[in-house]
Amino acid sequence: MTGFARHRRSKRVIATFTGFEADLLRSLAGQLVELLRNEAAVPEERDPLEAMLDFTGPTTEPEDPVLARLFPSAYPHDDEAAAEFRRFTEGTLRDGKARAASSIIDALEEAGLPAELDDDGLMIDVELPEEEAQVWLRSFTDLRLALATRLGVEEDDEARWATMPEDDPRNQAHDIYEWIGYLQETLVRALMR
Amino acid sequence: MSAPSPTEVAPTEQESPVTDPLVASTSPWVTIVWNDPVNLMSYVTYVFQSYFGYAKKKAEKLMLEVHRDGKSAVSSGSREEMERDVQAMHEFGLWATLEKQGS
Repeated sequence: MTGFARHRRSKRVIATFTGFEADLLRSLAGQLVELLRNEAAVPEERDPLEAMLDFTGPTTEPEDPVLARLFPSAYPHDDEAAAEFRRFTEGTLRDGKARAASSIIDALEEAGLPAELDDDGLMIDVELPEEEAQVWLRSFTDLRLALATRLGVEEDDEARWATMPEDDPRNQAHDIYEWIGYLQETLVRALMR
Repeated sequence: MSAPSPTEVAPTEQESPVTDPLVASTSPWVTIVWNDPVNLMSYVTYVFQSYFGYAKKKAEKLMLEVHRDGKSAVSSGSREEMERDVQAMHEFGLWATLEKQGS
């Protein structure tokens, strides 16, 4: 596990993943894409005609806590303004985040990650132009926010995780959350001048 | 915010308020970024630098305000401009809201 670095000559951002790591990243990114595209952006219980004529976007906060964190209210004390803001922004933001997560999957597969991982010794080298690296950086944030929301991560909660039994699935998910944090930290450093 | 590895951010002298009083009278809206337990200090600094074009020192100062005070006004301007900034912050995964200055 080495994280990201900037290649001195090509200026590209590079990283090497084991097949297992690349497969894990693809799976998480795939889940995020599914979540972003699955929950109807416009609530379905509305009058069908009204819903059909309104193609601008949703006006209420998403029910799923992960989506609610990814698309927070811009006006916490003004429901009407919040609804208007959401109508004009949430669709675009959802598309952008889904596209970003998809581009991680595409890049890993282009770098040689097979549909079904079967080779134990497989290593995946990714080489990202700066713009693509920025897309990964943003998507890592979305992945971490998603995992943290599901896990109930809080400020200064290290003790909770340190005392949790090793075989607790939440502990394993938290390790993955920390790993993506590590990847993101190295990616920020590679991108900062 | 969270810092999984030792950060190189050195605490700097805190100056407040963030917004210039001269700008304030003509810029009644502000973008507020709120602290969250997930986003990395380095990433938040990076976002302030790359999106707003702030110098590293200013970006770090704002990041530390978010971290220590729970929130920071990171930009000010017209309502339309602040809606654009809030949308951009959401694109970066930061928790941002906008409000009328002094409200």
